[in-house]
Amino acid sequence: MFARLTGLALALFAALPATLPAAAQEITTFTLENGLEAVVIENHRAPVAVHMLWYRIGAADEPAGKSGIAHFLEHLLFKGTETRAAGEFSDLVEINGGSDNAFTSLDYTAYHQRVAADRLELMMELEADRMRGLQMTEEDVVTERAVILEERNQRVENDPGAIFSEQRRAAQYLNHAYGIPIIGWKHEMMALTRDDAFDFYRRFYAPNNAILVVAGDVDPDAVKALAEQYYGPLEPSADIVPRVRPEEPPQLAERRMSYADPRVAQPYVLRSYLAPERDPGAQEKAAALTYLAEILGGSGATSVLGQKLQFETQIAVYTTAYYSGDSLDDTTFGVGVFPVEGVSLAEAEAAMDRVLAEFMAEGIDDAQFERIRFQIRAAQIYAEDDIQGLARRYGAGLTSGLTLADIEAWPAVLDAVTKDQVMAAAAEVFDRKRAVTGWLMTSESGEVMQ
Amino acid sequence: MIRAILAVFAVFAVCVAWPVQAAVEIQEVTSPGGITAWLVEEHSIPFVALDIRFKGGSSLDAPGKRGALNLMTGLLEEGAADLNARDFAEAAEALAARFGFSLYDDTMVVSASMLTETRDQAVDLLRTALIEPRFDDDAVERVRGQVQSGIRSDATDPNAIAAARFDAIAFGDHPYGASQDGTLDSVAGLSRDDLIAAKDRVMARDRMFVAVVGDITAAELGPLLDRLLGGFPETGAPMPDKAEVTLDGGIDVVPFDTPQSVVVFGHEGIERFDPDFFAAYVLNQVLGGSGFSSRLMTEVREKRGLTYGIGSYLAPMDLAETHIGQFASANDRVAEAIEVVRAEWAKAAAEGLTEAELEVAKTYLTGSYPLRFDGNATIAGILAGMQTEGLPMDYIETRNAEIEAVTLEDVKRVAARLLQPGALTFVVVGSPEGVEAAP
Repeated sequence: MFARLTGLALALFAALPATLPAAAQEITTFTLENGLEAVVIENHRAPVAVHMLWYRIGAADEPAGKSGIAHFLEHLLFKGTETRAAGEFSDLVEINGGSDNAFTSLDYTAYHQRVAADRLELMMELEADRMRGLQMTEEDVVTERAVILEERNQRVENDPGAIFSEQRRAAQYLNHAYGIPIIGWKHEMMALTRDDAFDFYRRFYAPNNAILVVAGDVDPDAVKALAEQYYGPLEPSADIVPRVRPEEPPQLAERRMSYADPRVAQPYVLRSYLAPERDPGAQEKAAALTYLAEILGGSGATSVLGQKLQFETQIAVYTTAYYSGDSLDDTTFGVGVFPVEGVSLAEAEAAMDRVLAEFMAEGIDDAQFERIRFQIRAAQIYAEDDIQGLARRYGAGLTSGLTLADIEAWPAVLDAVTKDQVMAAAAEVFDRKRAVTGWLMTSESGEVMQ
Repeated sequence: MIRAILAVFAVFAVCVAWPVQAAVEIQEVTSPGGITAWLVEEHSIPFVALDIRFKGGSSLDAPGKRGALNLMTGLLEEGAADLNARDFAEAAEALAARFGFSLYDDTMVVSASMLTETRDQAVDLLRTALIEPRFDDDAVERVRGQVQSGIRSDATDPNAIAAARFDAIAFGDHPYGASQDGTLDSVAGLSRDDLIAAKDRVMARDRMFVAVVGDITAAELGPLLDRLLGGFPETGAPMPDKAEVTLDGGIDVVPFDTPQSVVVFGHEGIERFDPDFFAAYVLNQVLGGSGFSSRLMTEVREKRGLTYGIGSYLAPMDLAETHIGQFASANDRVAEAIEVVRAEWAKAAAEGLTEAELEVAKTYLTGSYPLRFDGNATIAGILAGMQTEGLPMDYIETRNAEIEAVTLEDVKRVAARLLQPGALTFVVVGSPEGVEAAP
């Protein structure tokens, strides 16, 4: 997830995906004639509106050799339009007491503002204006390219863990664009041009490729009228086709890699397995994997990895298991161990494998399973307190190939997961031939990966 | 850019009349045992958020025991009363209660979200963590190892190095001058007795401020407060003396082999209750405040592409005041970025703001304020924070008027006093080109 500016908490990667509340929010949907889909989430607790525009276009949809263009374009959308000067968008939002930002992921790009509810109309006017009317000078492009290169410096080049993560992802995907970093490979970012940005923009930024999500103290009829007024006149793009991306071939060879960097102080071993995502009408496996991540690595004190490696033995300072099913194509399931001083990465990995093997043999503790189920239910209640999070759930779901029905069904799907389903999903996913195992090492460790 | 803002503002100035008031109705609840809390009832979602703050924070570490409060805070959920760490975590999970324990320079914060249906049990469980933590040997060693891992990682993280170096220069031997995590050695030397002593230094009745937001009535809250919080000692440790801010200009370079230099800069700030605080706050909003339109963002990022982000803020802490900023630039571009920051600082010090900038900043600050009050836990945090700062309950209604009252003259006066280009001190961590350390 790369945003125009960090600072907002982007919680899409939560191990426990909060789920749709049944009661407190009224959900209304409509579609404009030009193809723009809209979701309105009513929540009248505070006089606030969240306006989000999501495009079904992300880093995994970039042309070959142009990595980073989706995110670069996201930055450039804050330059001018035919009717607005560069920077005016954010200035106007600020003058109205609002805040705005944007983010780019593998499967989507989204723009959002948070304003007093009576300022919604201006947000729509501004966002609609830049959907088709973007303008930028060569100078804008050159300067902003320097900004994204500094962003890459900050997020990746200055952080050995991020470099390691990039390399592991690249090894995980043999053919799919999920192996390419969202922010782009540096050498390709440096070569991105104004034409590249405009080509991408004209093709993909159109009402028939966008989803409007408005949440907060709003009236659905009024939102619809405003959407018709501002988004309604926009021309759809003729180039929007279903996203069919190069798929993974059978993964037959285990991948192992190590990265040493003098800036590493805490070594660790991480393994990611290729894993199914939430699919329309078929979210059960993803739901089971959501439980699996909690069971194995949810809390240090009660998870299987934490118990066996941090409590029963003192092998790890930290353990983790992670999974998020919000993805258009195959995603990953990860496990990791951060060893205590004096324990090698080879020993840490062996311990991790021992725990996984024991788990497959011993199965799931009944009490733990019920606690997790209860927490997932409770997460629905807590999630009602976060309007922006609710808006995100719809935007991310709809741009990741799910339907409204899938999004609304997700809590029930999660609630119905059984232990057998979790074990079956684990058996399917834990296949070393489809996995990347990485060691992040200090420079002086001298340990050699086997 | 400025002209565009002017034109735009002219349009909105006539119609901007903020109808939006923060929609929170605060009650003061005093328990039978004399504990006071600020309460906002919000019954639409069946849970309650609590925010309990203890003034003093990590500044109350005893001499020679740096890191004790941090380690203690990390151990509160690692076993209490008759539950060991695992039992405690399982109990919290079974109730779907969410507890958080965190430590800052001036406060220790306990936050909790509890479902209405399991609230009674969750309160009892949290009480054991607050009043009867066990500090079992195995838990102490486990958490000590985690803290030490973090200390080692910070030693090779340019952001952490920059922050630590800046604090050391700014505050010297005062607790503010050293990381609250402690050092590898100081943490290694902490005993169980040190942790017990540390807890009583900060978690005391006279240090405590409480805010509660959610599905609970005032009548229900009173007894809950006594049950949850009634077991603390009356008084905590005395507050340390104020820190002397020793930032008098120059550049400190910490050589570190990494592609992008991290820069922290700043000098002495302004007290929270200084008559010119709001003028300074508005001034900083224009100079380096939130959003994309500040002068520093415009000059360093938007015009020159020298950084991904830059900002500055006033840090009026309990024992010292600073005015700080941060950014990161590639090693071969950081020298230029530093010069731009210096120039903007000097310009603002000499000239203050324009009328248009002042109006835009005031409109933003007053308009965005009510939008903060969103979410039970967020509101509870704001209300507890207000109490620790010593702000009255009606501050939420009066705060925007304070912003509105700031004049161009106020800003000019405070700019000349607050912004001291000669005292602006830079810490640069990286391999910067063309940046020489200067005293």
